[in-house]
Amino acid sequence: MNLQVLLDGVVEGSLIALGAAGVTLTYGTLRFGNFAHGELVSVGAYWALLVAGAIGALLPDSLVTPEGFTATPALLIGLLAGAVLTGLVAVMIDNLVYRPLRDRGAAMAVSMASFGVSMAMRAALEVGFSARPRYYSDELSIAWDLGFARIAPDRVLVWALSMLIFMALALYLTRSRTGREMRAVGENRQLAEVVGIDVRRVLRMTWLIGGGLAGAAGVGIGLLVQIRPSMGAEVLLPMFAAAIVGGLGSLRGALFGGLLIGLGEAVAVAHVGAEWRAAVSFTLLVVVLLVRPTGLFGRRE
Amino acid sequence: MNACLEVTGLVAGYERSNPIVRGASITVESGQIVTLIGPNGAGKSTCVRAIAGLVPIEAGHIQLNGQDITTVPAHGRVATGLGFVPQSDNIFADLSIEENLQLGIPRNARREGRARAEALLASVPEFRERRARRAGGLSGGQRQVLAVARALMAAPTVLLLDEPTAGLSPRAVTELLMQCRQLADEGLAILMVEQNVRAAFTVSDQVVVLVQGAVAMAGTPQQLSADPRLAAYYLGGRSST
Repeated sequence: MNLQVLLDGVVEGSLIALGAAGVTLTYGTLRFGNFAHGELVSVGAYWALLVAGAIGALLPDSLVTPEGFTATPALLIGLLAGAVLTGLVAVMIDNLVYRPLRDRGAAMAVSMASFGVSMAMRAALEVGFSARPRYYSDELSIAWDLGFARIAPDRVLVWALSMLIFMALALYLTRSRTGREMRAVGENRQLAEVVGIDVRRVLRMTWLIGGGLAGAAGVGIGLLVQIRPSMGAEVLLPMFAAAIVGGLGSLRGALFGGLLIGLGEAVAVAHVGAEWRAAVSFTLLVVVLLVRPTGLFGRRE
Repeated sequence: MNACLEVTGLVAGYERSNPIVRGASITVESGQIVTLIGPNGAGKSTCVRAIAGLVPIEAGHIQLNGQDITTVPAHGRVATGLGFVPQSDNIFADLSIEENLQLGIPRNARREGRARAEALLASVPEFRERRARRAGGLSGGQRQVLAVARALMAAPTVLLLDEPTAGLSPRAVTELLMQCRQLADEGLAILMVEQNVRAAFTVSDQVVVLVQGAVAMAGTPQQLSADPRLAAYYLGGRSST
């Protein structure tokens, strides 16, 4: 594998991993695969577009970028706001749709409802923003020549921010009380209740963080590719595949699963053809599940 | 002695039309071990799970230290002074031993809770040496000790134990029951469901016999041992005598 492919794969993989972390977090705590996770990715990208646009209009200096980058300081604030607002959207969807079904014990209906939520959200984005692609910047991110490979500064920024978010999340889940409570609720909700954990509060936090991760991934994809209402739906399969390949419920699994899928896609694009990119997720998913049904880092339930 | 836990006319079950506990009344005082016994299907576990807030209550009242907790959600009962150790799956196997203990510490008493956790880790060598390891790697007896210890992190006044000796070796049963006796002697009120009647009698102050969801007999272990109805209940449900 040449180093250019490796670099491309690692950057793509870090974004897939970020989305997969949201999938694995909500699955690990709620035991529920949210098919509307892709639309949360899109929602995050659009929130950041709106916030960065508003900040840029109010403070033109916030649109000045360091040489080579297209990501403006306004977009970094947009990323933060987009992640938080997407998390709040996820909490709202849970309150309005998933929780009433969950409280009735309709586990299958919750997954089916997430399909409906996914379609409704995508339609709402198309009505609000049209299907026309949008960009955070009209500028081009000029690649740095590293000698052995070339990489655009924006891609370095996206990779670094993804890893930073991953580290912060890992620390939060293992060191904070709420993080421990989230893991406890995921393992045994009834026991968590009798231990004194307010399960509803923990589930709200899970949606807030899971949605926030999807939103952050959306901003990264929007920056490196483009912003479209269907952008989230297109990355849903790689994100789910990464979460499953890594082992549902495992943050480490989401990271390695994301990198594996990202590298696989980069290799496919470079050596087989871009049209085979989507097949990589499926193939890796099937191979890993055949060899290890719980995924690379998953535990048997 | 003070009545820590007063359960009056409890009717509870998973289906509204078919309650499993049918009008049970139980009182546990500070420093007492009250053991709930009865034939299989009598509703013993459902009774303590209802007191813990895990089973819907249709009628009756639960008072804890004078406070009515009948409608308090399960997680809120811990703050009122109630601890509960379920029969199975009573530890978080994927979390470390230390994390299991930390989860038992109330949010509003972190400093005292941390001190209790450290004291416990210091007194149990198996836990101290493996504090960062997964709790799922512990033996059955060690799991029960960890589950009880986690419940004690919140400094409860009443502890509910659902068959704590199930699946343990005879030695582990004796050790666990002796620890329960010691906790009661220090002032804790314990309501325990137990299938091992002989072992439970050795540490209990009061025994309540539950049959078909209702209290059929109650008294000291000595009184019940001498009562021929006890064997009849175990052999064939409700006695006519």
